[in-house]
Amino acid sequence: MSRGNEMLKEEKVFKDPVHRYIHVNDRLIWDLIGTKEFQRLRRVRQLGTTFLTFHGAEHTRFNHSLGVYEIMRRMIEVFHGRPHWNEEDRLLCLATALLHDIGHGPFSHSFEKVFDTDHESWTREIINGETEVNAVLRRMGDQFPREVADVIEKTHPNKLVVSMISSQIDADRMDYLQRDAFYTGVSYGHFDMERILRVMRPLDDQVVIKSTGMHAVEDYIMSRYQMYWQVYFHPVTRSAEVILNKILRRAKYLYLNGYVFNQSPAHLKPFFDGDISIEDYLKLDEMVIFYYFQVWEEEEDEILADLCSRFLHRRLFQYVEFNQHFIMNEWAGLQERFKAIGVDPEYYLVIDFSSDLPYDFYRPGEEEERMPIHLLMNDRKLRELSRQSDVVEAISGKKRTDHKLYYPSDVLHTPGQESEKREILEILSG
Amino acid sequence: MLDQHINVLSLLKRVGEITGRKKFQKIVFISKKLGMPFHEKYNFHRYGPYSEELSLRLEELQQFGFISEIKEEKAGYHQYRYQVAANGEDFLNTKGNDRETFEQQKTVIEDMNACSSKFLELASTILFLEPADKEEIIKKVHTLKKTQKYSKQDIEQAYAHIEYWRQHLNKGR
Repeated sequence: MSRGNEMLKEEKVFKDPVHRYIHVNDRLIWDLIGTKEFQRLRRVRQLGTTFLTFHGAEHTRFNHSLGVYEIMRRMIEVFHGRPHWNEEDRLLCLATALLHDIGHGPFSHSFEKVFDTDHESWTREIINGETEVNAVLRRMGDQFPREVADVIEKTHPNKLVVSMISSQIDADRMDYLQRDAFYTGVSYGHFDMERILRVMRPLDDQVVIKSTGMHAVEDYIMSRYQMYWQVYFHPVTRSAEVILNKILRRAKYLYLNGYVFNQSPAHLKPFFDGDISIEDYLKLDEMVIFYYFQVWEEEEDEILADLCSRFLHRRLFQYVEFNQHFIMNEWAGLQERFKAIGVDPEYYLVIDFSSDLPYDFYRPGEEEERMPIHLLMNDRKLRELSRQSDVVEAISGKKRTDHKLYYPSDVLHTPGQESEKREILEILSG
Repeated sequence: MLDQHINVLSLLKRVGEITGRKKFQKIVFISKKLGMPFHEKYNFHRYGPYSEELSLRLEELQQFGFISEIKEEKAGYHQYRYQVAANGEDFLNTKGNDRETFEQQKTVIEDMNACSSKFLELASTILFLEPADKEEIIKKVHTLKKTQKYSKQDIEQAYAHIEYWRQHLNKGR
């Protein structure tokens, strides 16, 4: 048995709607799940504002993290006894899978943009700092927390272990695609994970797929592509994200300009001041954020109150496509017209970009960055996936981008300054 | 609005031309680490710190016609050359170009641009691995960047450049 760990007397089992059961046998993993930092993930949704589009998307980073752990556990079962797999890495892989999202805060994306924080650096802080997670990990040795953090950061020298948690086909993606599909209720996002797990093989520096599993991998790549465009970049979700971002920006602006809030935003002050401790960071969850939004809905500042009301009651912004013509010819004029009708374009006229590269491969000398998926052929040679699969080849390296302009349509249809508003609507309708 | 695009555009305008996607990535990363107002998120990839966000930003700037990306055939591979296009100049002019023009930081950015992308990969990897101590960073650079075969001299030179950049920027503050 590994130092600092023992097997539980009786296996612990979580019931999971995606993987059916999640099995825990190691004391280390059980104790990590029990830490307050991990339990906090129950209060952070996995998909941020997506619940405003797909009402089922209420699942949290807690059940996703358990799911990634379970996939990793099954992957290790397949690797057991095979060449290149070192059983001593088992707990490193399991702990990493479980903790890979520990640094995420509520609505991470918006928070990171407004407060210039980074959930990955918070992951490191939580794993290496004075936390319950760190105390549990240190039972495995003083260097163990650091190793876990390095795997998550992708700077660990063991590239096989890194690729199991972050690559173009890893435990993290395999869980979130299936879980997000399940909770949003969409039919995309499904693929045969059991098959993929059965054909995964460890090599020195990466996980590869037996060539017989190619079609299951094709399915996985395509489901990822569809999920991005149908769920993750859904324009209604993006609209909610845009408003959330603007609420935080407005609150920060008001705070820094000496505005006196009816209810002091104590939890957010360290973020406004840019001086955040681990304790401050861990205190923040979505419940706290929603509390402030409820309070701010009553604030005297009209912009803050309006944006909070829009978010809470799902009165989101409308959108139009945004293109080069727009930015060169209409953008400045549109901003001026918004100002003329008393609507601050800084908060009510927002360009949003989405982009996804479904699959890419490393081209020598071309400075591309993605480690390809390799198929293990019958002659034991490796072949890059898109060279073998026509389906994957068709979408390889093809980035799809989407630009939209969000604005409050309701304001443009209210009485007053009708001619100015009509002009704006004409510009927006192209 | 579009502040981050303007920053990337302004940086490019200061140096006139950047050759290579990797070089662009590393210049922005190092600039960010040295306190310049870049907010692109970076992860550690095959060539060191890499930002998908910056990749997207460059693509958008190209789609808006603000920058030109010229693809050139090199011996066995392609290289990309970036310059501010006429539309980009116009856009910067209409924005007044008065926010982050990097006038103060021009020397540092130019100095980075004069370095090879392999050297910038080393300097940015060191910065990514900070605040660990130097000995530990060097050990890690050798493990992570085995194929680049950085010598002791290369590493010392990277540290010296980082120090020079930091000092120069602090002077300007």
